[in-house]
Amino acid sequence: MNAFWIILTGALVATSCGLLGTFLILRKMAMVGDAISHAVLPGIVIAYLLSESRDVLPMLIGAAALGVLTTFMIEFLYQKARLQIDASIGITFTWLFAIGIILISLYAGQVDLDQDCVLYGEIAYVPLDLWITESGRLLGPRPVWILSGVLALILLIIILGYRGLKITTFDPEYAAAVGISTVFWHYLLMSAVSVTTVVAFESVGAILVVAFLIVPPATAYLLTEKLHNMLLLTVGLGILTAVSGYYLAVWIDGSVAGAMAVSSGVFLLLAVLFSPSTGVLTQRFRQQAIPVPAQGYKER
Amino acid sequence: MKTAIETHNLTVAYNRRPVLWDIDFQIPEGQLIGVLGPNGSGKTTLLKSLMGLVQPSSGYVRLFGQSLDEVRSRISYVPQRESVDWDFPISVREVAVMGRYRKHKLLGRLNKEDHRLADEALEKVGMLSFADRQIAQLSGGQQQRVFVARALAQQADLYLMDEPFAGVDAASEEAILSLLKEMKQAGKTVLIVHHDLHTAHQFFDWMVLLNTRLIKCGPTSSVFTADYLKQAYGGQLTILSQVSDLVKARDFPIRERSFKDQPK
Repeated sequence: MNAFWIILTGALVATSCGLLGTFLILRKMAMVGDAISHAVLPGIVIAYLLSESRDVLPMLIGAAALGVLTTFMIEFLYQKARLQIDASIGITFTWLFAIGIILISLYAGQVDLDQDCVLYGEIAYVPLDLWITESGRLLGPRPVWILSGVLALILLIIILGYRGLKITTFDPEYAAAVGISTVFWHYLLMSAVSVTTVVAFESVGAILVVAFLIVPPATAYLLTEKLHNMLLLTVGLGILTAVSGYYLAVWIDGSVAGAMAVSSGVFLLLAVLFSPSTGVLTQRFRQQAIPVPAQGYKER
Repeated sequence: MKTAIETHNLTVAYNRRPVLWDIDFQIPEGQLIGVLGPNGSGKTTLLKSLMGLVQPSSGYVRLFGQSLDEVRSRISYVPQRESVDWDFPISVREVAVMGRYRKHKLLGRLNKEDHRLADEALEKVGMLSFADRQIAQLSGGQQQRVFVARALAQQADLYLMDEPFAGVDAASEEAILSLLKEMKQAGKTVLIVHHDLHTAHQFFDWMVLLNTRLIKCGPTSSVFTADYLKQAYGGQLTILSQVSDLVKARDFPIRERSFKDQPK
């Protein structure tokens, strides 16, 4: 049963992150997830100072608020200050992370208060984190319920907003020209990313979230030429990664999150080598199949 | 004749450096209009301010006598080809059908009519047989034709195109040109940012000559003169030396045609 809950949690995170990550990759903002994982630190410290506790809920709210602020700052630096998008991401998260460190050293020096101890969860402990109602009924692991809720929200956004996200990602200038608000769709996507990553950090830890946000969509990108296929393939790959990663962890008797992230990398490598259109080996085989014209004497 | 586009004291500045200065003009409906000027003369900025994509520092724009928001559905826009990522996982048909996306129709489903209009637009630019291709598999000229098809699918009355002839092959240039003539016949107004003086006077019947300020706006015959071109292109010697040839060529349409037929 434990195996089931761990794999299900992994699959839920993979699906949520993969769907959002697809649009992040196409917007060349793949590193936003990584940025948020660092930038939430001041949010956690402020939430601790205000609530004077290390309970999960205030930490989550503080972190999610900072996640959204991160995306605002990135957008501000990119649009108004006219910096490159990767520079804007790099500046934002190092700066916010540094503010978090200063806050800790000033106000919370004695308390263990970084993401590692108050926010990041561990996927292997998911089956222990049970949700028990007041009447004593056992409803299964709490993270599974929360992550299912998040996934439902994301599915709603992507299914209803598919066309809006697609046109503002592909050609924002044209979208703006026909009166579609690129700002609205940008912040809708970015808020979804902030909330999802923070909630997922709390259940499964940072590395797995960042990996699921980037690697399965990147793999799917190599395998297909249509956006909706890319989304479906990302989900399939994410679930496959969760299953294979779990059994890899059992086999090597190591970290589950690490094994899942490694397994996603293995799928990516396979796609790099064997993708039908761009695969390194596929192209080599194809070249051999085409008869090469004889070398001219000029070559010698 | 009704006025399609008018600007009043339009001034646009980036970082306090004016790109357009006090532009005033009126253009009647049903014309093929070329916007010409040297690099950095504000051609693209003019297009973007007509489309509401950049905010003017002062002045305003009226389209069909109304503000942009009132007539947005009648205006279509073809951005520069370089403005998007052509490796995006999307097919030719999907790009064309984007011309049917509307602000208030984003959530509902597209209907058969939308798909029919998109296919019809692809047919008109000769790209229907490529409809299922991914856009990365097209040549530059074909990509440009797909952009034009997307604008056509919108069924607008005024089309604003940013450099549709830049870096396109001869076949695509022909396809777009004959389409423009067809659109003119249907009473559409098309405003095109263009960089090539050699072809400009053959393509357009109305011209806007820019160099941050408006040099001249009017029918081609009254704008495309050595005097105005010199004012617009100033000290650019290579172009200046060509100007008199160009104006001469215009006066001899027979020679001009034989010149055009020569392989480039």
